[in-house]
Amino acid sequence: MNVQLKVIGQPVSRVDGPQKVSGDARYAAEFDVPDLLHAAMVLSTVPAGSIASIDAEAARRAPGVYAVISHENAPRLPYAPMSKRPQVDAQSGDQLRVFQDPTIHFNGQPVAVVVAETLEQAVHAADLVKIAYTQAKGDTSFETWRSREPSRGNEKAGRPADTQIGEADGAFAAAPVKVEAQYVQAREHHNAIELHATIAAWDGDHLTLYDKTQWPDNDRDEIAHVFGIPKESIRVVCPFVGGAFGSALRTWPHVTVAALAARAVQRPVRVEINRRQAYTAVGFRPHTEQRVALGAERDGTLTAVIQEAFGQVAKYEEYAEVTLDPARNTYACPNVRTRYRLVEMNTNSPCPMRSPGVATGMLALETAMDELAVALGMDPIELRLKNYAERDQHKDLPWSSKELRACYRVGAERFGWDRRQPEPRSMRHNGHLVGFGMATAAYPAHRSKATVEATLFSDGTALLRTAGSDMGPGTYTSMTQVAAEALGLPVERVRFELGDTDMPYAPVHGGSITMASIGTAVQAACQALLDDLAGVLRSHPDERLKALAAGEFEWRDGGLAPAGGRAVVPYGELLADLHLSRIAAEGQSAPGNESKTHSSSAFGAVFAEVHVDLDFGTVRVHRLVGAYDIGRVVNPKTARSQCIGGLVGGIGMALLEKTEWDSRFGKPMNANLAEYLIPVCADVRELDVTFVPSDDTIFNPLGVKGVAELGLSGVAAAIGNAVYHATGRRMRDFPILPERLLV
Amino acid sequence: MVPFAYTSVSDPLAAIERAGGGTGVEYIAGGTDMLQLLQEGVRAPLELVDINGIGFDDVSVAIDGVRIGAMARLADVADDPVIRERFPALAEALHESASPQVRNMATMAGNLLQRTRCLYFRDVTMPCNKRAPGSGCAALGGQNRVNAILGNSAQCIAAYPGDLAVALIAADAELMVRGPTGERTILAENLHQLPGDTPHVETVLKPGDLITAIWIPIAAAGRRSHYLKVRDRATFEWALASAAVSAAFDDDQVLEARIAVGGVGTKPWRLRHVEELLTGQRLDRALAREAGERAADGASPHEHNAFKVPLLKKTVERALLRIAGLQGDEA
Repeated sequence: MNVQLKVIGQPVSRVDGPQKVSGDARYAAEFDVPDLLHAAMVLSTVPAGSIASIDAEAARRAPGVYAVISHENAPRLPYAPMSKRPQVDAQSGDQLRVFQDPTIHFNGQPVAVVVAETLEQAVHAADLVKIAYTQAKGDTSFETWRSREPSRGNEKAGRPADTQIGEADGAFAAAPVKVEAQYVQAREHHNAIELHATIAAWDGDHLTLYDKTQWPDNDRDEIAHVFGIPKESIRVVCPFVGGAFGSALRTWPHVTVAALAARAVQRPVRVEINRRQAYTAVGFRPHTEQRVALGAERDGTLTAVIQEAFGQVAKYEEYAEVTLDPARNTYACPNVRTRYRLVEMNTNSPCPMRSPGVATGMLALETAMDELAVALGMDPIELRLKNYAERDQHKDLPWSSKELRACYRVGAERFGWDRRQPEPRSMRHNGHLVGFGMATAAYPAHRSKATVEATLFSDGTALLRTAGSDMGPGTYTSMTQVAAEALGLPVERVRFELGDTDMPYAPVHGGSITMASIGTAVQAACQALLDDLAGVLRSHPDERLKALAAGEFEWRDGGLAPAGGRAVVPYGELLADLHLSRIAAEGQSAPGNESKTHSSSAFGAVFAEVHVDLDFGTVRVHRLVGAYDIGRVVNPKTARSQCIGGLVGGIGMALLEKTEWDSRFGKPMNANLAEYLIPVCADVRELDVTFVPSDDTIFNPLGVKGVAELGLSGVAAAIGNAVYHATGRRMRDFPILPERLLV
Repeated sequence: MVPFAYTSVSDPLAAIERAGGGTGVEYIAGGTDMLQLLQEGVRAPLELVDINGIGFDDVSVAIDGVRIGAMARLADVADDPVIRERFPALAEALHESASPQVRNMATMAGNLLQRTRCLYFRDVTMPCNKRAPGSGCAALGGQNRVNAILGNSAQCIAAYPGDLAVALIAADAELMVRGPTGERTILAENLHQLPGDTPHVETVLKPGDLITAIWIPIAAAGRRSHYLKVRDRATFEWALASAAVSAAFDDDQVLEARIAVGGVGTKPWRLRHVEELLTGQRLDRALAREAGERAADGASPHEHNAFKVPLLKKTVERALLRIAGLQGDEA
């Protein structure tokens, strides 16, 4: 693409920043809908069995109550199967069908809803609903002996039960140097600050949903199937999302609850789940136990990679992860075997959480690589360079771009890796043990079909629209930049809108695909618009106008720049001359052949310095350095923000985040932000993020690869490896809590 | 949440009359814990009496001690120059409590009366003898990482979570209490009670009792003191273990000592036997270590909190080393 980029690559501040800090940005729960009623859900208190009876009398008589709805009186909904399961849903089983039967699948399942005039009345009345259960013996413990293979649906979706290249077990047995260990990744919850909320408003047969979602179009599609109504009868509105991390990818039961309650009371209804409910009413990152065995020659050349994972799944549907993708393609190795099994439990279904599967698999693999480096007496970076994957050996394809070597080099330089004394427990500061650790980061790059409508107005401003979502990475801003670049306009004269199914189709805002998908569609739409405008000019009867676009010219500086250095004719003037108030065009982008000829991925290298107080078992992360290959960087400011967010999330994954699951009741017990610990400001010290030069125009015309998921990849392993270096103690059970170091 | 009546009063006697008249009337001050308890349905008062207008929020220095108004906000007391200079352990305990936002709201007396963070107390669908007497203790055999190792009973192992109460014990603080029958003084140490068979009874306060002030005798100012708090993350978390140590020295010999620990007991826990061990001795590394070793005497840990035993020992040892001038910074 054009090498003289003016707007792309600039650290533009968030265009929606003023709206967000002034409270002007409207989130799902905040829409001012006339005649709005409030709902409160009643959740089950047993993990398995069925509802024996519901006594809703007191609740119905409570002040302000309009309705109490449960399976006893809810309409039977069609729940029509979707011809092709959206990738955000579990790939087999049945989604939770709210209020359709008395079956209890997990503790914390929505079993009734109370609709009232005010939120407080609804919450109070919900407490008055008395439910008796016939309890059954559920499976509430993570028992690997009960594990089974993933279903065919997941097998087809890239979560295979078993894969093998070469003969890994034999190679491992014969390897002169080997390591083998088990790793545990705790169940984690997204805990975005904006709680999930839906306002449902029916107007006859037409339904409007103000919903927190990372995919408005699919939200509409799913609710259309649940209610058996045409999707054209539904509009989903979601201009802002206050963080999601994957929790708003799919359409959860409370969305259906809002819509069915609103239909029942013939008034708009708002459902907002509370913090405690957020631990069971939506999804989470599954508890995963892994075994990694690595074999190598004495020079560090990998001869065997074996990685096995047991992931947690719900009873009623099967969400599985790509946990073992990193084992298959992060390093060059002739013998690789993976084995993936699932443990069914009476729990709500897990779902994607930032860097789903990959962060989990990478945690075990990159810790094992550190263990191998120790066994070899080799520098951890050197070991990784020794086994550098020049191509994706699992897909047997070349990378469309890969600047991982530069990430290792730049990261090591910025971190000061050469100051690391290899011997564990050899570095100290202020009486604390100091450790340096590192890990590789990677996340596959994908793109999906996207459509964008571009409109140019006679006042010289432009508007871009698509039904996408911006959960916080800065989509509004980066897309504005892409359009400004393509149209030759300053960012102030471009407006980008998203979050409404009345806009052109957009793919899911997840998996770090947004820039590669919508960004390229923005480019295509702008180009289509300019081509149309040039066409109108060329075919115009007025010779002066015809001449403008006849020869060589450029679109820049807010209009048409004829060749020969003549003055730019501003867009406004062109449209006025053409007697047009506006000109609009649609642009689409979609994956091409590149995914068949190449494998695409973002890469990085993460470095951590920890200080450990062994008396207390406390670990503090003093520095994190990340060097990343994300392709072209559209906005270094928002891209950096995503990466530092990932680094902070990684501190949580390494040291704090853990669901305290009570297997007697099948329930997360620390279901609030006081006891489910995430890093606070004092836990976050120096963060350093760099992007190495990269441009992946094989993958897509913008040359971008995606950032968000990559930011969490490898971080926890780097911290754990630093803890080993500090203490000489290998931590394999994450998070690394004080008690693990005090043992 | 259950509907309740709300009254705001500016006259403390009116507040006491209102709250002492019957059951189900509770005070609300900063509300930082009360609101959580109301929202989760853990407490369901019939009436809340808002006492934010009654005053009692200043710090006054007298010749024989310091009087801290019960309604003073944690942040104000933590930053009070007299408190910082004369009672460092108290200032440290306050600074390490909660977050700046919470400290700006929370009151001194309210902080003393905050309820346990036991996961089962806070989840109303769970059995809990403290919240619902007779329903059982689900923390036994459950997720009891944050629970107590000292003072447990068969009915309750909920840990008292606060920092301030621990520091006050080490400062020999007294509480001024006004109730329906008049005024009295309670040693800070005697405010909380062991769970025993009645874990729902947490303090010696009776309906209508209002803590009006905290009195710290000047003797405490003559001691060296330190509050050391250990937790998973760097801040904004209750203690896994904490120690308030205070001692008067003649050169390096301990004349008298006060040791109280937090995050480990069913109430703020005073370690008299450790104080006795130190008294009259030279506080060196060996003695600090020995004192630490004795800090968890009588502990009864459960499945997930056995680590608090070694943690408590090290916490007490390190806090003592600090006042002996033998230890550098903490993590």
